[in-house]
Amino acid sequence: MKCQYCEKPATFHITELTGEQGPQILHLCEDHARQFLKNGNGNAGAASSITGALAQTLKLSTAKDELAETDQKACPVCGITFFEFRNTGRLGCPNDYDFFKSDLLPLLKNIHDAQRHVGKRPRRAAAMADQHENLVALRREMQDAIGREDYERAGQIRDQLQQIEANLNDDGEPS
Amino acid sequence: MNQETDWQRFAEQSGQWLRGTGPESDIVISSRIRLARNLAEFPFIRQCSGRDRGQLENSVRGKMESLESWQNVHYVHLDDLSEIDRQFLVERQLISREIAESDGARGVAIDPEEQFSVMVNEEDHLRIQVIHSGLDLAGAYSTINRLDDELESVILYAYHSRFGYLTACPTNVGTGLRVSVMLHLPALVITQQIEKVFRSMRRINVTVRGLYGEGSQYTGDFYQVSNQVTLGRREEELVELVGDKVVPQIIEYERKAREFLVRQGSQDLHDDVSRAMGILTMAKKISSEETMHYLSKIRMGINLGLIDDIEVATINKLFIQTQPAHLQKLHGGTLATSDRNIRRAGYLQKHLSN
Repeated sequence: MKCQYCEKPATFHITELTGEQGPQILHLCEDHARQFLKNGNGNAGAASSITGALAQTLKLSTAKDELAETDQKACPVCGITFFEFRNTGRLGCPNDYDFFKSDLLPLLKNIHDAQRHVGKRPRRAAAMADQHENLVALRREMQDAIGREDYERAGQIRDQLQQIEANLNDDGEPS
Repeated sequence: MNQETDWQRFAEQSGQWLRGTGPESDIVISSRIRLARNLAEFPFIRQCSGRDRGQLENSVRGKMESLESWQNVHYVHLDDLSEIDRQFLVERQLISREIAESDGARGVAIDPEEQFSVMVNEEDHLRIQVIHSGLDLAGAYSTINRLDDELESVILYAYHSRFGYLTACPTNVGTGLRVSVMLHLPALVITQQIEKVFRSMRRINVTVRGLYGEGSQYTGDFYQVSNQVTLGRREEELVELVGDKVVPQIIEYERKAREFLVRQGSQDLHDDVSRAMGILTMAKKISSEETMHYLSKIRMGINLGLIDDIEVATINKLFIQTQPAHLQKLHGGTLATSDRNIRRAGYLQKHLSN
């Protein structure tokens, strides 16, 4: 793991208990840790681990204008903006991993020193990775249809959702 | 699935993971693994409406009920519980402090042996966890992998061909796997080597936390070691990193420190352990922090052979049962802090003096 403020490895992992927003975890290199400890909460105080890592990756790779532009991007499925993600460290739906992909890749590299999963694959979901958008959106459309008492449409969508699930056989390939 | 929870019975017994058995159990309290999973058709928790969360919880609960092997599992709807009952589940490590303190539709499925639980609507839709006594990560992983397969047979997970299991926070993406081993390291604390040991661990991507996880102060010389990275490594590799590389090394350091203490000033050590026993069996009121502190010393005394008429399992049980919510459950009603301190002292006396 790299320091939140520079490229050096983070060798100090500090939990700040007195921050305004509750406990915060900092990952710092020796120099920045010394600076942090000397200045009290210094300029490092506002960063929690994920938002800190984000701040670092963005500062390194993104010009100010670009960042402002990135911040405005909003996922068409769940509606969260990159700015909201940056502030809370939490994504809004599975589709965000594709929608914000180019912005997330450097962050994943920073956190995990990797950008690709190599572990377990579920038997059923493997083949539908790219249908997340459909599933969340379809389910929401079904809710809306129920809301306006359009039960016929809601029924159609329910069948469609069941069809998608049924199409996933045990090999993870669409049948 | 079982919907009735007998809290009294629950409070009087302790979970399997506190038996004080299993490999290296003089130093390793428990081996815990958790998996973060999300449902493909719901947005992540922060974007779920109250209605979404309710539907998600009902749907998951229904699917768990449909599983043959889950018939004895208790499902607890956390919104219905009092604060004390939720705190009680936190003290037993069956739910996280975060889910206890949040609100809205959320729940937990609990195995009657308390070896596993599944939180619904925590930071992720599902947080599956397995706890085994002693150092047994391989066993815990095989259990959790089976549970994950069972759930996956009825629930469609959010999974990405490149990023693996998708999670609300990118720090958990990929395997969604967090391995945590709880260690009792009093000798490394006394010999002031603990910082040095953990400094040497930092290079290999593990984190160290106190007994009750994130943000907690270290209490009673208990430390939790976990993996930091979840993406780009296989589950088995992560389990091995913590269970076969990091933890055995810490165990070895702790054993050396214990040997050193025994060789060096056994009078000091004897005095320390005897004083702890004196206070816990004689005090008329005692806080939970002080209790932790002295129980930790007694646990060490037992493991060093200085005390031979108390079982480690008894001490493990007292660690849990002297905590605020447990004391109140055992008492059968709410108690103010000062009353709890009196009751705690009485409880300790009863269980420690022969």
